[in-house]
Amino acid sequence: MKRTLFWKSVFIVVIVLACLAGITGIPKGLSWSAVRRSMASRIHLGLDLQGGMHLVLQVHVNDAVRTQMAQDIQRLQADLAKRGIAYASIAQPNPHRQPAMFMVRGIPEAQSGNFQGEVQNLLGPGYSVTEVAGQPGSFTVRLAASEVTALKSRALAQSIETINNRINQLGVTEPTIRPNGLGAYQILVELPGYSDLGRVKQVMQETAMLEITGVKGGPYNSQADALSQFNGILPEGETLLPGKSIGANSNGAGQWYLVSSLPVVTGSDLRDAQPNMSSTGGWEVDFTLTRDGGQRFAQFTGANIGRSLAVILDGRVQEAAVIQARISDQGRITGNFSRQSASDLALVLRSGALPASISYLEEEVVGPSLGADSIHSGILAALVGFVAVAGFMLVYYKGAGINAVLALVLNLIILMAYMAWVDATLTLPGIAGIILTIGMAVDSNVLIFERIREERRNDKPIASAVDIGFSRAFRTILDTHVTTVVSAVFLYLFGTSEIKGFAITLTAGLIANLFTAVFVSRVIFDYELLRLPRGAELSI
Amino acid sequence: MEFFRQTNIDFLGKKWYFLALTMTLFVIGMAALAYYHGPRLGIDFTGGTMVDVKFSQPAPISKIRAGLSKIGLGASTIQPVGYSGGKEVLISVSLKHLTKSGLETGRRDIEQALYSVLGKPAGKADINNVSVPQLTGFLMQKDPNGWAGSGDPKAEAEYQALATAMLNQRDRVWGGLAPSLGAFSQVPGVTPAVLQDLRVGYYISPFYINSVNIVGPEVGAQLRGQAVKAVLLALLGMLVYIAFRFEWIYGVAAVVAVFHDVLITLGMFALFRITMDLTVIAAFLTLVGYSMNDTIVVFDRVRENLKIMRRDKLSDIVNRSINQTLSRTVLTSGLTFLSVLSLLALGGQVLRGFSFAMTFGILVGTYSSIAVAAPMMVAYIDWRNRRQRPLRAMATAKTGRTQGEKVARGR
Repeated sequence: MKRTLFWKSVFIVVIVLACLAGITGIPKGLSWSAVRRSMASRIHLGLDLQGGMHLVLQVHVNDAVRTQMAQDIQRLQADLAKRGIAYASIAQPNPHRQPAMFMVRGIPEAQSGNFQGEVQNLLGPGYSVTEVAGQPGSFTVRLAASEVTALKSRALAQSIETINNRINQLGVTEPTIRPNGLGAYQILVELPGYSDLGRVKQVMQETAMLEITGVKGGPYNSQADALSQFNGILPEGETLLPGKSIGANSNGAGQWYLVSSLPVVTGSDLRDAQPNMSSTGGWEVDFTLTRDGGQRFAQFTGANIGRSLAVILDGRVQEAAVIQARISDQGRITGNFSRQSASDLALVLRSGALPASISYLEEEVVGPSLGADSIHSGILAALVGFVAVAGFMLVYYKGAGINAVLALVLNLIILMAYMAWVDATLTLPGIAGIILTIGMAVDSNVLIFERIREERRNDKPIASAVDIGFSRAFRTILDTHVTTVVSAVFLYLFGTSEIKGFAITLTAGLIANLFTAVFVSRVIFDYELLRLPRGAELSI
Repeated sequence: MEFFRQTNIDFLGKKWYFLALTMTLFVIGMAALAYYHGPRLGIDFTGGTMVDVKFSQPAPISKIRAGLSKIGLGASTIQPVGYSGGKEVLISVSLKHLTKSGLETGRRDIEQALYSVLGKPAGKADINNVSVPQLTGFLMQKDPNGWAGSGDPKAEAEYQALATAMLNQRDRVWGGLAPSLGAFSQVPGVTPAVLQDLRVGYYISPFYINSVNIVGPEVGAQLRGQAVKAVLLALLGMLVYIAFRFEWIYGVAAVVAVFHDVLITLGMFALFRITMDLTVIAAFLTLVGYSMNDTIVVFDRVRENLKIMRRDKLSDIVNRSINQTLSRTVLTSGLTFLSVLSLLALGGQVLRGFSFAMTFGILVGTYSSIAVAAPMMVAYIDWRNRRQRPLRAMATAKTGRTQGEKVARGR
């Protein structure tokens, strides 16, 4: 008896020490502040407690499908021209409702078999070509549903990757960027401790499509002016683009350039981009090209010395300059940049483009002061509540009250250690789970103690009263705990992230409670029984 | 010390009073839900914008409303936050008052409305609502310490550290509201030159935006749907477990009692016009847990007593069980009530809805285990036995044996 009791106590002490180490980690010193720092690095506080930003984004993945279709149409046009297959038009009849299909019209009957084979050959087995019933010469080209889903998933993954790259450069510690469980193609972004929403949105939403291409003509004073030079029809393979001085809602006056549609270098050829202060005191962005891009750029600039090239950003000519010499892998974007806009542009160029547009479904910014208030008042309320409950237990159950308080404290220690071990985040609903745990822990003690008292009233000897009290109450405790854990499992499986936080702390707390309220409390009782002089009454 | 000793109250005998009280509470709650104003859903569920603003003086609510009316947001709710001495308000604009672009601009609109009625000196920014990057940019431009001018490559990092220290002082020490620009001299690194530039570019507004929450319509509906689904499935899971451990009627009675608690508490939310948000959902989950716990403790005792008191009527057994566990029920509920009360008084505004639901829920939850779950279970089993007795009586007549007792105990 004495011996098993000893080993049981050793077991309990080991668990307590392991849990304490789990909560505080191994502090760098023994001072209170070192322990506190170490604790803060192990117990993560949710946004609602420490302040920060929570965003839910919708990725418009159909954009990526439409982009894919546009590329396919371009390739098919070029291919059909090469093979000498005539057609009247290739277009998407309803790009918004049906982004994954396009129609080809006016294929001569003699070439229709040839055409179908060619499409399948060029675009691959993921596409189906069917002739529209009743409209000879008209064909529907459709991307298979499984391929569309794969394309959309890729767009989501790439968006997450890009946003991750961009956010990382803002220097936020421990950002969360992952698919949001709630709706399809949504991204959850959580930035603890960061509250500048404007900056985040700007950096995230910037598309920054960079292209460098040859200038074929211009600058012209207006779009109409440029078109009149070519009798209204632009040469094939060339595009008219506005210069950066033209605002979105101006009347179109300003500088326009005619540039080659086929860029020499695009944003994906960049290896690095950095903001720099120019010799005139303004800001500019210097970039370095990859080896592959650099070779192409060198070839192009070498062959076009004396002609102009244009740096195009998001469809606007940022800069047009005369090529002075062969340039291999360095380039520069100048313009009226401020320090902030130059560094944001460099950041966006470095991190790559978003494959689809995004919109915001939910935004939450919690100021650091509110978070601090919540923690202070939450801790104060918990302490006052705890002292009141502990005080009552000590008065009402005297000696046994000490058991209850010890079990309660131990329960909290194990719970916090669990949170630290699994890197769980403590949020307000999580605190609600802890409160329910404490309530049920107190309840377990009350159940056991009341049962022991009852058995004593029926004149059972002390030792067997304790024994019966524990075994009878244990059945009830097990039932209440399992029922609650069953519900917590469902909440975890189907709940929103807030509800999940509640379910996690509740489950961990209840399991800890089975250990503390039943096992630990029993060991303490057994010690008391051993020391109790013959004939004396148990303090309960 | 002991509060209860061998009580012998006839709880089941009072079941008609309980039913009357339950129905009264239920009708009041439902009437409040249906005819008074429904539960006020937070923007978590409806979609919209909610801004928590803290003022250095009691909040000028009529002025705020005037400012919001000017930009067409006159229908916003302005709710003072309890225990803040009227210095903190929650401004909520539900989605139907916002245009599509309004969702994105909600915060800025409200900020501009506040500036327009509270006055803002021209050409000056507000130190209470400035962010670290903005302040860093300002310092870099003014360069009071001459770091940027001397070409120090670390200048930006140094100004950023200074800006962070200043705003930390504002947020963590002064609770978001700087007492005066001069007070920033307490922050290490703020030189008289910095203060001088600060006085040129900034002023102190009487408010600070504590938090902003914007929820789009899709998310609102999704959150609502998922929360309801999770809770219903959790209830179903509990029903199945209790049915498995006891008898199915026990599970049904326990779940009905929990439903009763949730519905009545919902009614109280409507009656007292307390906003329901996601935190309140957590409170309802906690409440469901407590109420279920109470019910199971009683049922467990009934199961145990059924084995000992073989000759008694079921209603006597249940009565006895409730009396035996009464001391435990009152103690546990009382203690939990104590800690939730401290949460309501001291827990801060974020936990207000939660604590309200809990305070009320513990009372209803305790009541329902005794007054709803137990009588319902007894009533059903008695009814089942009465229906079966004529058949059994015939069987008894034939075999000449009595089975009445066994049937009466519902086993």
